[in-house]
Amino acid sequence: MTLELVVNGRRFREPVEPHVTLLRFLRDQADATDVKYGCGEGVCGACTVLLDGVTVNACSVLAVQAEGARVETVAGLGENGWLHPLQQELVERGAVQCGFCTPGVVLGSLEAVRLGLAGDRPTIRRSLAGNLCRCTGYRKIVDAVEAYRDREGPAS
Amino acid sequence: MSVVRDRPARFVGRALVRHDAVEKVAGRTRYAADFGLPGMLQAALKRADLPHARLLRVDTSAAEAVPGVASILTAKDVPENTVWVDVPGQTFRVGALKARMNVLADGVVRYHGEPIAIVAAETEEAALAAVELIDVDYEELPVVTDPGAALEDGAPSVHEEGNLLASWQLHEGDIDAALDGAHAVVEQSYETQAVDHAYLEPEAGVAWLDSGDVITVRAATQVIEHFRDLARILRVPDNRVRVIAPYVGGGFGGKEDMTVEPFLALVVRRTGRPVKMVWSRSESLLAREKRHPMKLRYRTACDAEGRLVAQDIVIVADGGAYALLSALVLLYATTCSQGPYACPNVRIDARVAYTNHTPASAMRGFGAMQVALGYEGQMDLLAAELGLDPLELRRRNFVERGDTLAVGQTLDTHVALPELADRVEAALGPKPEPSVPERRVGRGVACNLQPYGRCVWLNDWASGWVGFELDGTLVVRIGVPDIGGGQASSLVQLAGEVLGVDPADVVIHIGDSALTPLTGTTTATRQLYMSGNAVLQAAGELREELRPLAAELLETEPDEVEFADGSVRSGVRRVPFRDLIGAAAKREVPWHRLSIFRAPGGDAWRSDASWRGRVFPDFTYGCHAVDLEVDPETGHVEVLRYVAAHDVGRAINPQSVEGQIEGAVVMGLGYALSERVVYEDAVNLTGTFAQYLIPTAVEAPEIEPIVVESGEGLGPFSARGIGEPPVGPVAPAVAGALADALGRRLTVLPFTPECVAEA
Repeated sequence: MTLELVVNGRRFREPVEPHVTLLRFLRDQADATDVKYGCGEGVCGACTVLLDGVTVNACSVLAVQAEGARVETVAGLGENGWLHPLQQELVERGAVQCGFCTPGVVLGSLEAVRLGLAGDRPTIRRSLAGNLCRCTGYRKIVDAVEAYRDREGPAS
Repeated sequence: MSVVRDRPARFVGRALVRHDAVEKVAGRTRYAADFGLPGMLQAALKRADLPHARLLRVDTSAAEAVPGVASILTAKDVPENTVWVDVPGQTFRVGALKARMNVLADGVVRYHGEPIAIVAAETEEAALAAVELIDVDYEELPVVTDPGAALEDGAPSVHEEGNLLASWQLHEGDIDAALDGAHAVVEQSYETQAVDHAYLEPEAGVAWLDSGDVITVRAATQVIEHFRDLARILRVPDNRVRVIAPYVGGGFGGKEDMTVEPFLALVVRRTGRPVKMVWSRSESLLAREKRHPMKLRYRTACDAEGRLVAQDIVIVADGGAYALLSALVLLYATTCSQGPYACPNVRIDARVAYTNHTPASAMRGFGAMQVALGYEGQMDLLAAELGLDPLELRRRNFVERGDTLAVGQTLDTHVALPELADRVEAALGPKPEPSVPERRVGRGVACNLQPYGRCVWLNDWASGWVGFELDGTLVVRIGVPDIGGGQASSLVQLAGEVLGVDPADVVIHIGDSALTPLTGTTTATRQLYMSGNAVLQAAGELREELRPLAAELLETEPDEVEFADGSVRSGVRRVPFRDLIGAAAKREVPWHRLSIFRAPGGDAWRSDASWRGRVFPDFTYGCHAVDLEVDPETGHVEVLRYVAAHDVGRAINPQSVEGQIEGAVVMGLGYALSERVVYEDAVNLTGTFAQYLIPTAVEAPEIEPIVVESGEGLGPFSARGIGEPPVGPVAPAVAGALADALGRRLTVLPFTPECVAEA
């Protein structure tokens, strides 16, 4: 089958097998290696992307389900080579160690702030429960999300 | 060096932004699996379906017929299929350890998931389909699953040589007399479980044949020096193999032994084509090495004042099916099993046995962390016996500078334990009240010691290159694999400090066995200590070589020259590095430097129980405390507060130090409360992250790291290693807090809700 979709503003029209996941399509056919394979079962969140503005685990979505959709990955954030303010907070607060979970953490927590799910620290922690991190112990990630929330405020 | 030491540091000690963090947060870092080459094959492994069986027949004919399959390799296709594990300094019970494992199973499989065949195909689908069609006839053999049972007569043998993998024995003082004359004796068994490293990046790599017939493997690894092992397996000279470590998505010891590298190299040798292999999460959980489960038996005695008089310790560890690093892990357990406590009479009987479980090998803490559950549990029991505060009993027994451990190593740097204990106690404040009357709150404390740097008799060394480009910019070249701890950025910080260059302007090239100077493995909490000293030395020597020329250009005395802000300065005069290096190039003054740092060496543990001596360069000490709330009905445990104090000598980047402490504590909490690789008759049942529960942001508490800087340590600027140490105290602190809350001590990890509710 032929799949048409937009990834980070770039239009793709590609042949795709029906069993191929969105994760695999993004990595192998759309040059989006910033989307990571961590578990393949929708638990770790390393493959988090925005599908028409909503976060999904790309490993748990078939590529064909994204027909006509707009997909955004972490590489699509920021403008003119500048980091997005949340990315900046994560870097400055030491919330990035091995960095493998980071693309998913960025998109997951951005959505949490946008939806107003980043109130107090326990709430931020709950909103991050779908993004596993083995390096940081999460504290500095929560610090960064909190700082970004204070800076931007939830979208109205 | 004096110039650096005499003035306040500009960059060392500051929470500078890590260059790798910027790239990672933008998704630009190319990890092992994010790389490819034209015409690349995809490789997959056929793994053993049974934990112990004879291979009667491995039939690949149906698999070979799958369209797109390029090559299938089995044991007979591996030039040198035997990898030797060679550990010097083994004890008399086993002799010098020389154990073997196969790259691909040859005749027998000894654990569930052991690799039997490699399939390389044009597509991943074809490779996986072919793996399914490899037909293996097994003759099932009896399994041995308990290390104690494995050492009994008549146990099924995992290897022909018997099941005793390694053993260390120590007897210092007179243990029996001390026990007889003691005021109080407590005796208790403890048990730790198998856990997985569970880094987010599964094992992966790409290999290809490069110019000069050099087989090049770019893989997620902590050890680029495996190029030598690969050369042996391929039976090619060492200089025909190159290993590149890109930034690694977490290691924790799990990428210390080889993972995908030999399989990739074999396919390249066979086909001449580039090839990629990525392990699935279930493959990683199934067959990747685990942390050693240990059974500990402690008899601990003290006098009326609570001072230890005897520690009688028996350790039986489960090494799984192959030796790997078991002998060394057990050595760490042996030397650290008395804890950071002085004791005149110590007897240790430590053995590690082969079983049919997944091989156990390196994992953060490396044997020194399992025993903390034992030695800290004993301190709690003795404190209760004597009616003393648990931290007070520990204070009475802390080792001090000048004390000698039972193994014979004298502690010759500062021991900050009393200060760490004070800081933790002050940070904690009063114990909180339960949130509802049905729940209970408990408090636990635990201290530890963990070596940094490798055993002295391994004569460890590290080399690093620091140099200027002709335009005056600074470059570091060093073979360090960066596994996420900030290994590379710390070196940038050090080079910038010494030479007066903003670290943000320094570029570092890392992790290439062919192009960057070898600096040893990113393991054993050695990298800041070793490669940090190598870079410090190279940068310092480079500065001194340039100093006379700088003085000449500045028309001043060499002593007056300062290296700062990308220039050499004296008073108001300033010559930018561009001009200095330009002059150096014309005058044949070197503007780059390769240096080797050598750790202090020592004699190997000889083949008898009376050997005494130095084992490690030094230790890092820690003290942790935890408040937690338990629901006795459901067994649910909520960590309310967690305070973790370590003396790091000097924090090169305090933010990275905190990151190591916070991450290790959460890893330790997973070990204490939820993580366990589950086997049934040696069949590994743990196949997904939905079953293997590492802590999420919800379970992780707000950790308060306390970074103490004693100004003493063997690393650059007196730093101590901090990668492994903070993982050790967590489980015993939780055990103490649960005992405080429930009035009963749990001794078998992990303390799952089921266990807690039953207690």
